[in-house]
Amino acid sequence: MAQHTRSEQADRIRHLLETEGPAIHAHASASNARRKETYGGTDDLEELRTEARSIKEAAIDRLPELIETVREAVEENGGTVYIADDAADANAYVTDVVNREATNGADGAAASPSVVKSKSMTTEEIDLNDALEADGIDVTETDLGEWVLQLADETPSHIVGPAMHISREEIATLFNERFDPDAPFETATELTRFARDHLGEIIDGADVGVTGANFVVADSGTITLVTNEGNARKCAVTPDTHVAVAGVEKLLPTLSDLEPFVDIIAKSATGQPISQYVTMLSPPTDSPTLDFDAPDKPITAGEGAAADGTGADGPGTQDREFHLVLLDNGRMDMREDDQLRETLYCIRCGACSNSCANFQSVGGHGFGGETYSGGIATGWEAGVHGQESAAEFNDLCTGCTNCVDACPVKIDIPWINTVVRDRLNRSDDPEAYDFLVDGLTPDAESGGLDPGKRFFGNIGTVAKAASATAPVSNWLADAGPVRAVLERTLGIDRRRDLPTFRRESLVDWFAGRGGAAASSRRAARADSRNGADIDREAVLYTDVYTNYVDIDRGKAAVRTLEALGVPVRVPNLPESGRAALSQGMIATADRQASRLYAALAEDLDAGRDVVVIEPSDLAAMHREYERLLPVDSYERLRDGSYEICEYVYGLLENGADPTALSTGDGAEPVAYHSHCQQRTLDLEAPTAAVLERCGYAPELSSAECCGMAGSFGYKREYYELSMDVGERLAEEIDDGLPVVASGTSCGDQLETLLERDVAHPIELLAPGGART
Amino acid sequence: MTVDTVGRFERALEGLEVGLERVTAADASERIGTIAAEPAIGVPLPFDDVDLPASVTTDPMAAELTAARTGITPVGFAIAEYGTVAVESTANGAEPISLYPERHVAVVAESDIVPDISAGFDRLADGFDAGRDSVVFATGRSATADMGDLVHGVHGPGDVHVIVLEDR
Repeated sequence: MAQHTRSEQADRIRHLLETEGPAIHAHASASNARRKETYGGTDDLEELRTEARSIKEAAIDRLPELIETVREAVEENGGTVYIADDAADANAYVTDVVNREATNGADGAAASPSVVKSKSMTTEEIDLNDALEADGIDVTETDLGEWVLQLADETPSHIVGPAMHISREEIATLFNERFDPDAPFETATELTRFARDHLGEIIDGADVGVTGANFVVADSGTITLVTNEGNARKCAVTPDTHVAVAGVEKLLPTLSDLEPFVDIIAKSATGQPISQYVTMLSPPTDSPTLDFDAPDKPITAGEGAAADGTGADGPGTQDREFHLVLLDNGRMDMREDDQLRETLYCIRCGACSNSCANFQSVGGHGFGGETYSGGIATGWEAGVHGQESAAEFNDLCTGCTNCVDACPVKIDIPWINTVVRDRLNRSDDPEAYDFLVDGLTPDAESGGLDPGKRFFGNIGTVAKAASATAPVSNWLADAGPVRAVLERTLGIDRRRDLPTFRRESLVDWFAGRGGAAASSRRAARADSRNGADIDREAVLYTDVYTNYVDIDRGKAAVRTLEALGVPVRVPNLPESGRAALSQGMIATADRQASRLYAALAEDLDAGRDVVVIEPSDLAAMHREYERLLPVDSYERLRDGSYEICEYVYGLLENGADPTALSTGDGAEPVAYHSHCQQRTLDLEAPTAAVLERCGYAPELSSAECCGMAGSFGYKREYYELSMDVGERLAEEIDDGLPVVASGTSCGDQLETLLERDVAHPIELLAPGGART
Repeated sequence: MTVDTVGRFERALEGLEVGLERVTAADASERIGTIAAEPAIGVPLPFDDVDLPASVTTDPMAAELTAARTGITPVGFAIAEYGTVAVESTANGAEPISLYPERHVAVVAESDIVPDISAGFDRLADGFDAGRDSVVFATGRSATADMGDLVHGVHGPGDVHVIVLEDR
């Protein structure tokens, strides 16, 4: 990214942090907290997610067949199905339906045709309102949030709560200016009452109701609408003509396939057990049409009301008309794309947005493209609008994986972001400054990559060079003119402290104290002292930061393992590929994964455990390597690798003696911030348990993220966002408590925010404490 | 159908601030009359020996639909787990009558209360097979937080009561 665009992006983000951020954070974080609570209280949640996922996989696989099935079903019910290739096709069809109905309808005397709509992101995607209005049709959104946006002429900032960024005060001002009431509106109740009455009248007089569809059951022609307000029901049942616009991916084979989705969608979206109204209509329905222009006519039209109340014979009243518009608009191509296909499983619940720390700070106007927002938007925008639309915001996904456990259909949203980032990298024109990073960046990427991305993606080589020339490299890097160059060329924000590279790496230190042989002797002595018989051997994975920057935590890990009777090896290992992945450099990461596996294969064969300090590197081995290594290699490494505190927990559980470590007084309070990817791997609890076993009382942070996310917080355009997210974590931590954090960048960020030392938990536990 | 299922239904409704009353078929009409604020409109009840109160208008005119303060409808079944009632779209207007007035009184036979959503979908599938293939799962009161705070009674009823017929 060039200097001027970095600066523009920084300005845009700063503006959103100030204007929309507070309202977005309040709503999104509350929804996320409710979702977590509801997920926690749902016994069969994992089965439900797995089932939903597999139904979607099968449905997308069979999509062409399901399209034919739904066409037959809807036509048999008396409705029409139209497959729209793209936005223009869909808009032309709907416009035509509305004009025809307005001409033929009983209320044809009305000045211009009118449409009432319930909330639908798919109609946002095709800009249906603009198309209808351009044809002289009145369009009114009836979801209160959408209506506020329509009045304010704004776009949705969240796929579920579209007006989330607008505060009650701002809505009151908008309504008061627009409608000039006798007494100004103030409370949410007043605003809601007014909106209900105003919109109610418009719905009663409308020619056509347009809805989206959350799900479409193919074999019965049933569209499912999930709402809390009841407006979708009213839009579907009141006008004689109902048009439902849905992406083709909304099709499910049968009614029984719908069940897990009805069960999970509200849980993931808002944390409600179920939404107020799950409307399952197989239109045209038997409900009587409502003609408010003939107020004295019975709505049930006399004989229409069957004595048994079922009215179940045959198609609905002949007065009703129904059109199902199924939109392709790139979806069938996404279905053929091995990497983007997963996006089609998305049920648009917004859980990925709510669980995302960056989204909570800037909302969908920052973390979003033309239509969609949040983590999954990268897949949607790339698929329906083209990947340029994803380019603007794709970097806001830091790969933290908070959304992975939130997604009800288990979409690997961080991976989709990585893939699209990779594709965007490859599509860029070669830029200047390549010469500057070329020598430092032995990657497998073709030219044209953003120099900042290349720098961070190759951080291992950079760190090695910096260490070799330390302390000169550190003095240089801290010098003002150098920081200016780093900011201009690589986009490294000059407000950030740079890592201080150590001349002696961890590998050097370990070799200098006798290497593996000496470690075995130390471990054996500890074993005989403690009386435990721990028959394990460990290989410590030396990530770049531990090896060259934060060497103390590496030393602490070695000493801890030896004190518990485990001999350690600290070889010079290749990078895991995490840094490359975070910059979307998949080819580089792929090569690094293979190299690392090859370097560890003999240790794995020898039964040695791979112990990892940096959670993001372990997460690469446990998550992304599934896509980068042959399955046997992946499983072998995954099953043989452990996070350091998880490993210590296992040793203690198997008889190792905790008194060999630095223990607390039994209830010594310590603030502990885990790491986003560590949490996703369910590895926060073992660290907390080890701290407790060793006499500490850890207070666990609940904030989504530290905001640093590896290189993210170093980048000029994201520095302020990174600090905004970090502030929320810092505010949670009590003054005066010692603080430990598992991730390097989490520790760096907390040290900046709290202005005190933040160590890795292993440094607290290591015998003799954190000595160097 | 066990008493526990009704208890579970009642607890779920309590959390939704929806009233539940268990009455015998013989007492139902009187209880419905007490709960229904007038003007009230309704759908004839399909349960043996249960009638709507005389003051309730069936086959309402469009103007009456707009003016009504209460809509009384039978529901096909109820799901105890979530406090959900299944409103079927019928030619006698159950869908709009349960939706337009500010108060909805849903009448359900105790034998039609199923324990959980899975059993609810079994009932739904049976109904689909019999041609009752447009159904709303309504749970609690219409709500929105779009105006800044949670408000009930937006496009649908802000007040819901459930009458359980204990001998039906």
